[in-house]
Formats: sequence, C-alpha cells, structure tokens
Amino acid sequence: MLLQQLVNGLTLGAVYTLVALGFSLVMGVLGILNLAVAELFMLGGYVGLTLMLDGQPLLVGLGAAALFTGLLGVVVERVAYQPLRNAPPIAPLLSTLGFSVIFQTVATNVWGSDPLLLPPELMDGRYQLGSISVGQAQLVVMATAVGMVAVLALVMRHTRFGYGLRAIAENRDVARLLGVPAPLVTSGAFALSGAMAGVAGVLIGLHYGALTPFVGVEVGLKAIAVMVVGGTTSIWGVLLAGPLLGVLEVMTVAFGGAAFRDMTVYGLMILTLLLRPQGLLGRAGGAQRV
Amino acid sequence: MISSYAAGLLAEIGIASIAALSVYVILAVGQLSLGNAAFMACGAYTASVLTVEHGVPIPLAIAAGAVVSGVLGLVVGFPALRLRGIYLAMATLGFGEMTRSFFLSLDATGGAAGYSGMQRLSLGGIWAWVLPLLALVLLAERSRLWLALNAVRDDETAARLLGLNTVALKLGAFSAAAALAGIAGGLFAHWHIFIEPGAFNLDRSTEMVLAVVLGGSTIALGPVFGAAALALAPEALRFIADWRLAAFGAVLIVILLLRPQGIIDKRLLRALKP
Repeated sequence: MLLQQLVNGLTLGAVYTLVALGFSLVMGVLGILNLAVAELFMLGGYVGLTLMLDGQPLLVGLGAAALFTGLLGVVVERVAYQPLRNAPPIAPLLSTLGFSVIFQTVATNVWGSDPLLLPPELMDGRYQLGSISVGQAQLVVMATAVGMVAVLALVMRHTRFGYGLRAIAENRDVARLLGVPAPLVTSGAFALSGAMAGVAGVLIGLHYGALTPFVGVEVGLKAIAVMVVGGTTSIWGVLLAGPLLGVLEVMTVAFGGAAFRDMTVYGLMILTLLLRPQGLLGRAGGAQRV
Repeated sequence: MISSYAAGLLAEIGIASIAALSVYVILAVGQLSLGNAAFMACGAYTASVLTVEHGVPIPLAIAAGAVVSGVLGLVVGFPALRLRGIYLAMATLGFGEMTRSFFLSLDATGGAAGYSGMQRLSLGGIWAWVLPLLALVLLAERSRLWLALNAVRDDETAARLLGLNTVALKLGAFSAAAALAGIAGGLFAHWHIFIEPGAFNLDRSTEMVLAVVLGGSTIALGPVFGAAALALAPEALRFIADWRLAAFGAVLIVILLLRPQGIIDKRLLRALKP
C-alpha cells in the first residue's frame, strides 16, 4: 500500500517537476512570475491528447504539444513581458494573468467544460513488480519527465543558448555587453518554459485518464509551490521538491483525507517562503525578496 | 421600484466594489494580494454562522465578520509582510487556496455542500454599508496617513528614514483590507443567502484585482468603476457570450500596456470637471 502510493506520488511529482521548471526558467532568469504557464500546461494537454485520440502516436502528441505551447510562450513574452520589462515585477504578473484568463476561456469554448476522457484501452498495460502495480501510463510519464529534464540540463550546460541564459540571469547588461543576444535568449526561455509545461499537460492527461479546462488552476498552480520549495533559482532544488511534494500530496490524500491535499502543498510553500526563502537547495541570498 | 434584475446588478456592484477596495488598500503600500477571497470567505462564514445559529442581527454579525477577518489579516500579515512583490503574491495565492480547502473540509459549515439559512438583506441594506465605507476610503485617501502609505510603496527604506513605522503601516493596511474583504463576504452571504467554498476561489481573488487594475489603482473611485464595469460587462458583451472572459483578459493586457494606472485617475477627473 505504502509502496504503491509512493509510485503514484512520484508520477504526480514528475508532472509537477516539469511545470515547476517551466515557471522557474522565467522566474530564475528574469525575476518575474509567468502565471500563463499554468494554462499553457492545460492547453498542451488538450493539443497532445486530441491528437492521440485521433490515432497519432505518443511522440507526435508530445511534440505537437511542445511546439504549440512553446510558440504561445513566445507570444506571451512579446505581448505581456517585453513592453513591461522595466515596470515593477507585479505588472508582468498581471499581464500574464490576463493571458491565463484568455487561454482558459479558449479551452472551455473549444473543448467544453466537461472532462475530456481517454478511452481505457489507451495505455492500459500494467506491470506487477512484487506487491506494487505500475501502469504503462505511469512509466511513460516518468520516462518522459526524466528525458525532458536531461535535455534541459544539457541545454543549460552545454549550449550557447544555455550560457546566454545563465549570463542574463547574473546580469543582463553585462551579458549584453559581452555579446549575448538578450531579446533572442529571453524569447527562447519563454519558449522552452512553455514547451516544458505543454509536455507536462499531456502527461497529466495520461496519468489521470482525463482532462478538464481547470487542470491548470488545480494542478498547474501547485507547481509554483514546488518551485518555491525547491528554490526559484535552483534547477536541482526543483528536481528534489517535485517528487517530494508529489509523494507528500498522495500520502496526505491516502492517509489524511482529500480535503487536506491543497493545505499540505500550499502550507509547505508558505513555510518555505517565511523560513527559507531561497528554497531547499537555493543559495542563501540568491532569492531577492522583491 | 426597480426590477429585481436591476437590484441584483446593483447589489453585485456594491459588494464587488468593497471587495475591490480591499485589494486597492493593500496596493496603496505597493503590495499585490492574490488571496483576498480568503478574507471574504472568513467574513461570510463568520457572519452567516452568527445570524443563522445564534440569532445575531445581520449588521452586528457582518461587523463581527469584519473584526474576525481583520484579526486574521493581522495574524497572517505579520509574518507575510516580510515578503514583497511576487513573493507576497505567491504566498497570498497559497493562503487563498488553503483557506478554500479549509472550508471544504469543515463539516460544521456544510463543507462542499455549502451553508444556507441566512435572512436576505435588501438592496438598501447592502448600500447602507457600501456608501459609508466608500466615503471612509475616500476620506482616508486625503489624509496624511495615506501619504505615509504611499511613501512606503515608493521607497520603504526612505520612508523608514523619515521616521515612519513601516511595519505598522503595512500591517495596518493589510488588516484594514482584510476587514473590508470580510464585510464584502458578509454582504455576499446575506444577499445570496447561500455560500460555498467554491464561491471564494482564485477566480474571485482575480476578479478583485481585475477591477482595480481596469478601473484605476491610484484613486479609490477607480476600483468602484472597475467593479461596476465588470458587473455590467456581461450585458454589454452579450453578443460574444462565452468569450467575454477572454475579452476581460485582453482588456486587462491592453490597459496594462497603454494605461498602467487604470482607466480613472486624478487627471481624468480634473479634465471631466466643468
């Protein structure tokens, strides 16, 4: 029972991790919270699952979702972030909130507010490992998440884009003087952030076997808690906090009751903000409380 | 005599105005709250339990709800005001979701099924709260206290150097805002005579912020105008029925880009004066 819950928690945690990385890519580099990420997560799920219900293979679904939400991420950046770059950080938070509202309305109108149900025969294989049973969907979710994180780590560490991103995070002006094409790299960060969230959306649909237009608010926003607990400037912290909060949430539901689910996750976020604002693995002084 | 439909709209505008003012007051010290629906819920449930189960008169119960919310604002605000900007916004968002799930799990007030049994307030009863509160905020806005609040917003360090007690000012604004939201909640409960945790979700908090940003964040008439516009818009936008929320989102972005202080500001009012 405990082990089974652990597996379920890790699956949810894998999804949280990806969305949280989507939030933290923009937050860590530019110091703003892009609230639209939660709804890009939802839209990605719809795009990917609609294609898969149409008979397309998983990879096509994931790729299309990533492409679609990645492009939308750039739209958000051009419209809601660039013009407000020098405004107080609350301004882009509000303008991306505007995009959240738009995206949610679009999804409700296009796909309806009833859940989009996946046919049970899609990924219904189960594997018995001793006393625990792992679903095919769970394996796909975890493998995809690990793959995405690996790609992100490689991009950040070994590409010019990754260097540029990290340079801008340190100091935008100095980075530009040294020849980093800041506008291009910023767009790239939003695109990558959107793509991560979009892929995560497909995964949550596979995990739950269903999708609603409200999954962005119900699941996506919890990734903000994951980002904060892990540390807004630390990729490794998010990798630790994602599975941690996923497992914690599933355990709370299993042993404490569903009503306490949100309280545990958001409670941990608030405690972190108050007691250790740099997050589990963040550098002291790394998180500026502005 | 006005139709019950018009009365419903006017009541909504009144309640939403008070709720929007609660966001506006926190914004006066430069902080954004994405969780004011939580204080609204607290006021709504406190007032409703008092009137339904203890037979307390409605005005007294709403006042009690305001006090409970205000105290909760102090308790939550004291640690939270170490945070600023985005970090405070994230903390308030988490607090809002936590409060909603607290009321979902609270069986004493019906949990997810909601709570009812309240007496209905008349439209006049609603505006008997709204007008004095609006007057109060308008008066406060002309006082030295408000200048002090804005000083904290503009530069906290400088404000402290001038001898202002910035902690007390921020905490006071937060608590007053919580009390305002609590009153809005009490009015909401006694107008709709049914409340459920889902009525005080993130959408509600977002709506309050939207009213302030659209209407104007530099003058108290702004949030009231914004709340009225949001309440009336579904009528005006009937031709795009299902898409009107998307229209709000788009208008929000356009306003932020073109007129960050909101539609109403002092210059506009001066220009309108004959």
